Amino acid sequence: MKLGRRLKTRLIEGALFASALSSVLITAGIVGVLIFETAGFFKEVPLWDFLTDTQWTPLFLDKHFGILPLFAGTFLTTVVAMAVALPVGTATAIYLSEYASERVRASVKPALEVLAAVPTVVFGYFALLFVTPLLQRFIPGLSGFNSLSPGIVMGIMIIPIVASLSEDAMHAIPMGLREGAFALGATRLQVATRVVLPGALSGVAAAFILGISRAVGETMVVAIAAGQQPRLTMNPLVPIETVTAYIVQVSLGDTPTGTLEFRTIFAAGMSLFAVTFALNILSFALKKRFREVYE
Amino acid sequence: MSRTQLNRLFDRAFGVLGLLATLLGLSVLLTLIVDVLLDGAGRLGWQFLTSYPSRKPEEAGILSAWVGTVWVMVVTGAVTFPLGVAAATYLEEYSKKNRLSEFLEINIANLAGVPSVIYGLLGLEVFVRLMGLGRSVLAGALTLSLVALPIVIVATREALRAVPNSIREAAYALGADKWQTVRGQVIPAAMPGILSGVILAMSRAIGETAPLITIGALTYIAFLPTSPISAEFPFISLRGLLDGFTVLPIQIFNWVSRPQKGFFEDAAGGIIVLLAIALLMNGLAIFLRHRFAKKARW
Repeated sequence: MKLGRRLKTRLIEGALFASALSSVLITAGIVGVLIFETAGFFKEVPLWDFLTDTQWTPLFLDKHFGILPLFAGTFLTTVVAMAVALPVGTATAIYLSEYASERVRASVKPALEVLAAVPTVVFGYFALLFVTPLLQRFIPGLSGFNSLSPGIVMGIMIIPIVASLSEDAMHAIPMGLREGAFALGATRLQVATRVVLPGALSGVAAAFILGISRAVGETMVVAIAAGQQPRLTMNPLVPIETVTAYIVQVSLGDTPTGTLEFRTIFAAGMSLFAVTFALNILSFALKKRFREVYE
Repeated sequence: MSRTQLNRLFDRAFGVLGLLATLLGLSVLLTLIVDVLLDGAGRLGWQFLTSYPSRKPEEAGILSAWVGTVWVMVVTGAVTFPLGVAAATYLEEYSKKNRLSEFLEINIANLAGVPSVIYGLLGLEVFVRLMGLGRSVLAGALTLSLVALPIVIVATREALRAVPNSIREAAYALGADKWQTVRGQVIPAAMPGILSGVILAMSRAIGETAPLITIGALTYIAFLPTSPISAEFPFISLRGLLDGFTVLPIQIFNWVSRPQKGFFEDAAGGIIVLLAIALLMNGLAIFLRHRFAKKARW
């Protein structure tokens, strides 16, 4: 009887361990698949061309495989998004952490979570059919597909991430530090900018970087509103294509599997994964450093 | 103006600015909802919910889309719930503080930050091609499970962590072994938090478009996956799992990409349905979390 029980316990522990291990399998799968197909891609396209060619036209007759135009598109939309999310998110975090009463905090935080619950397809619709026409009234040269409109909408989408994580970091600063400053006659703004923010800096930076990673990986908003014209440009008023939108574009078409054109989505995916992975690691390292200091 | 007065002015000014910043996101959300309602409310109705997509915007509907969403969600939940809870239970209750468990934790945290389109690529290669499942409901659901799994694991771990140790210790004192404690006491106590996490993960998954497009969920579907209830013995059929499908967000995306204006209204109608479902689920998850967090007076 005891042996049966021990065996059962061992089996269950094994099953639980296997479930936990599945997460490793997933990561291995991602890396494995990306490397496998990208290796096939680079057999036909030299790495140098991939990194330096200024055109991305794998589906045209005159094929170019330079990833720079796609990166430029991702870069543009991300910069616009962060230009919105960083100031607004940080200001929100400071307000919630240093100014707002407990009641306001308790009601605003769930409301921000709702913003994070909206599917990105909906934001894409909003960017294309509301924001772009609205902006076109003020910017006459704005084309129907551009990087300004989805960038702004993405920024709004990312505000909850930046605000929530920054606010958590600020909240962890001990009250004693603030009280010392208040006792010396500081205003809330001075406490926020000279005591709290410097102390919470690595936590806030971690929030920023996570926001950037989110913007880089965003797919639907840009697929709907930014266009499908890979273009090496810094002009936010013209159609472009991001790395993520390209993957969607090819998946919607009838590119046969196993061809070079098919493998381009994995090369794009690999670049995307590398960038977001690096950003995420950086963010975790910063968060860890912050935690060590204050907890 | 003296230095002090200047500082006080800036302080007050930021009070206003900060409030405006905080309200910005919410006001945009409200604008979005109003805009979508204005565009799409006219399309809602029985016809819209029970018709297939069509070349004519006035006749198009979301039947295949919402049926597909239900199919995919049920299977995704069935996969993610046991797998996620089991993994989190292991990490929280059983693993020792060694290199391996640290590695597992970092790994899961990393997976939570991977763009969803990359999960689509993984699903395409492994589920659709390698495992030969084709562009089916099953492949789609498995791919979505990859996206939802980290969320479930993180939420379940937090729920398990919130169960006070005295519960575990009392069980051990009465002679229970680890599994009996976990299964009989800890998990039931953490269940509201776990459910909340699962519902939250599902509400995110329901809006996911990119991974399903990548695995090849079709965008113009005029059929439904084979019904699970069949007329012959044994009356339950899982053949539908291998059929092609579409989901609500993909249908919306498809309509938004068309040039005819009529399809924008269809898209807005679809969005209203999708938003209603996603926000309801999200609200349910948050409600569960708060209600039972307050009730637990340990």
